[in-house]
Amino acid sequence: MTSEQILQYIFSGITVGSIYALVAIGYNIIYNTTGIINLAQGEFVMLGGMIAYSLSQIMSLVPAVVLAVLITGAVGSLIEIVFIRRMKKSSVLGMIVITIGISIIIREIALLIWDEQIRALRFFTGNEISSIDILGARISPQVLWIVGVTALIVMALYLFFRFTLTGQAMRACSSNTRAAKLCGIRTSRMVNLSFMLAAGIGALGGCLVSPLTQTHYSMGSELAIKGFIVAILGGLGNPMAAVAAGLLLGLIESFSISFLPMVYKDVISILILLVILVLKPSGLFGSRQTSSLKDF
Amino acid sequence: MKLKKYYPIVLLAGVLVLIQLLTLITGTAYYLTQLTMAAYYVVVALGLSMVMGYAGQISLGQAGFFAIGGYTTAVLTTFDLTDKISRPFFAFLDKIGLLVHKVTLYGDSIVHLSPWISFILALVLAGVVAYSIGVPVLRLKGHYLGMATMGFGIIIYRIVLGTHIFGEADGISNVPAFPILPGITIGGDFSIRIINYYTAWFFVILAMVLLLNLINSRTGRALRSLHGGEDAADAMGVNTAQYKVKVFVIGAVFAAAAGVFITHYNGGIGPSESSVAKSVRYVAIVAVGGMANLWGVLIMGLFLNFLSLRGLFGVYDDAVFGIILVIIMMFFPDGLFQPASLNRIKRILRGK
Amino acid sequence: MANDVILKVQNLDKSFGGLHAVDNVTFEVPQGLIKAVIGPNGAGKTTLFNIIAGTFAPDSGLVTLKNKKLTGLKPFQVAELGVFRTFQNLKLSSHMSVLDNVLLGRHVVGTAGFISGMLSLKKSRKEESDAREKVFEILEWLNITEIMKQEVGNLSFGKQRSVELARLLAADPEVLLLDEPAAGLNMHETDELAGLIVKIRDQGRTVLLVEHDMSLVMDISDEIVVLNFGQKIADGTAASVQNDREVIKIYLGGEDD
Repeated sequence: MTSEQILQYIFSGITVGSIYALVAIGYNIIYNTTGIINLAQGEFVMLGGMIAYSLSQIMSLVPAVVLAVLITGAVGSLIEIVFIRRMKKSSVLGMIVITIGISIIIREIALLIWDEQIRALRFFTGNEISSIDILGARISPQVLWIVGVTALIVMALYLFFRFTLTGQAMRACSSNTRAAKLCGIRTSRMVNLSFMLAAGIGALGGCLVSPLTQTHYSMGSELAIKGFIVAILGGLGNPMAAVAAGLLLGLIESFSISFLPMVYKDVISILILLVILVLKPSGLFGSRQTSSLKDF
Repeated sequence: MKLKKYYPIVLLAGVLVLIQLLTLITGTAYYLTQLTMAAYYVVVALGLSMVMGYAGQISLGQAGFFAIGGYTTAVLTTFDLTDKISRPFFAFLDKIGLLVHKVTLYGDSIVHLSPWISFILALVLAGVVAYSIGVPVLRLKGHYLGMATMGFGIIIYRIVLGTHIFGEADGISNVPAFPILPGITIGGDFSIRIINYYTAWFFVILAMVLLLNLINSRTGRALRSLHGGEDAADAMGVNTAQYKVKVFVIGAVFAAAAGVFITHYNGGIGPSESSVAKSVRYVAIVAVGGMANLWGVLIMGLFLNFLSLRGLFGVYDDAVFGIILVIIMMFFPDGLFQPASLNRIKRILRGK
Repeated sequence: MANDVILKVQNLDKSFGGLHAVDNVTFEVPQGLIKAVIGPNGAGKTTLFNIIAGTFAPDSGLVTLKNKKLTGLKPFQVAELGVFRTFQNLKLSSHMSVLDNVLLGRHVVGTAGFISGMLSLKKSRKEESDAREKVFEILEWLNITEIMKQEVGNLSFGKQRSVELARLLAADPEVLLLDEPAAGLNMHETDELAGLIVKIRDQGRTVLLVEHDMSLVMDISDEIVVLNFGQKIADGTAASVQNDREVIKIYLGGEDD
């Protein structure tokens, strides 16, 4: 492999990995506040891309993306209110099953609205053929957008959870719901916020990749499982680790194309999942003890 | 042997005969096709019911095992061995009667493996795969099995969709009929439609008998104790890890067997049978029927699959099952046939 | 009459992060006796039980049953060797009937497997009927035959306790680990329980129990081990422990009579 090819693989790996990371971050946010694995996470990415596409037909790109993120965030919030909130006494298992059902419903509604055609959002800068030369590799400017915005999101989240009152309140909810309530934190609001946040972040990711990977009504389920693998790989509940894990998985998949038929690209990720579950279920960056105390 | 407990089975058999006669009388004999297919899907659901209802684990990959069954038999029985028959291994198989010589509709003669062999191989393969996934994953606390099986299902889907030998998007067709006993052949020919109906439901009854026996036995009781917490079972000497794996394997083998039979009945199989949507369907049926309620699963499986196969849900087929799943889990988590759920339904019908 | 030692706990040590739950604990349980483990809350009693029962492994130390190593075995393996436990918060299968719960106790005694069960082979059926006979005996002995068919989840706490005990006895245990069996019982029920435990011992079984109810402990225990902050403070006959200076100091705060 030439160094240009290697760079090419690296960039494509980082691109895909960033999206996986965003989905995984969404999983972690919801998991941290509720203990649920929200398998509808992938659908938020799809919705972001689709809604932005439709809106961009009648307005310019930036407001379209912003609105798409907000609308999807609202959808996330709605899902929490309508479905999740009622399920107080359900087992973790039941919750996961419900999120599967929800993802199917979202998918079918998307099919109804946008049918089976592939949609793609406009490139943020340039178009399909513009490329930037970086150390010999030619990459689309969109890649820089993806990597850049993902990095921004990660930093913003870090600051949010660390230094803002709301962020800390959300973290408090995850460690000890009862204590949080006693301190006057409205846990139900935190839960709703976590769904909104996860949906919004997913949607932004969807807008970012749409020009490159295109948006299709059925893309959600694959992202759901890839995102889950990344979340587990990094350690469930650890949003920062999810970023590292996402990039790692993206790179592995990208390089695997060089020696495996495309079809088996997904097989590799799932095998990684099984290997991790067997060897270190707490993930690459998780601690054994805390994970054994959690429900999932 | 206490015959009293088999009364419901006899009742079921009676109902099945009644249904068949009804279709005869009303001239709707074509319903038998969907009823036959529904039966095989019920077998998958019954196996899953053991895993979900009794062991309390969720499998989102039953369609994957179904596909392992179907594709194994499809590949092995459509692979023409005519030019290989001279080789010693195949000559030997031929001698002991494991190869089938046929003349196709077009007049060519082909030689293929006997469906009995592919059936057994399919079950063994499904069992081995289930064991390999189950042992590492079921050791973990929590519901990792759900995700691992979902991943497994997706792998199978990708493999059959993208590999030439499995027919890629078109799947495999021209799968020959499966003569399981003299006079009983599993195949799509109209003339044997009625036999196929009864054969399919015979397998359902067989599955019910085996599972009903199991539930009231030592191992069945151990399985039931797993639901809702393994600490008790562990403390009473149940090797919970091993039991969870075993029941998972049983569920996989049931699914694979159903896959084999349906593939011969339909004369082919396609990648959609291994999709996550199909796996979700099986979960929905088990949930609606009542997780651990075999009769509930049978009834709902028959009902829902029949309607789906008749095309009642149209293009929203998958959506319907998704919605059912959500509604059941939210409002009737014990399934429709439990007292709590029935009361709720009564209240709703009365206008709260 | 000296009894052979059936259960030996040697230099058992277990910490959870900064908490030293069990600190170098050593004691022996003679066969056929009732030995109580007492101590203030947080003294490490339940952790000790969990280690003996195999729920988790100690950081160091050894537990042996008749010189056979128990440490490192999984809980079901410990049960297979004849050591059975109850749980503070009852771990019954609440969706199953009383009969089925107690029948589960016979699991270790049987060997019929999946195939045997599914095909309803003779071995499986014989084991079933034998198990049922034995279980009926136990239910009668504990006076809970009337509630046999009821779903365990619907029963009162006291009745559930009896079911748990019945399940335990169905397993024909050599050693019983009872974790606060009197918790939640009123005085009358506690008295009944005391009589029951004594009868169980008289059947030749060994009982190790964790308890807070001092009257029960003093009433029926042959020997007592006292723990405080994970360490063993005293170990001996009920009388000697009652008069032990250290023990009196710990309980000066006032424990229930």
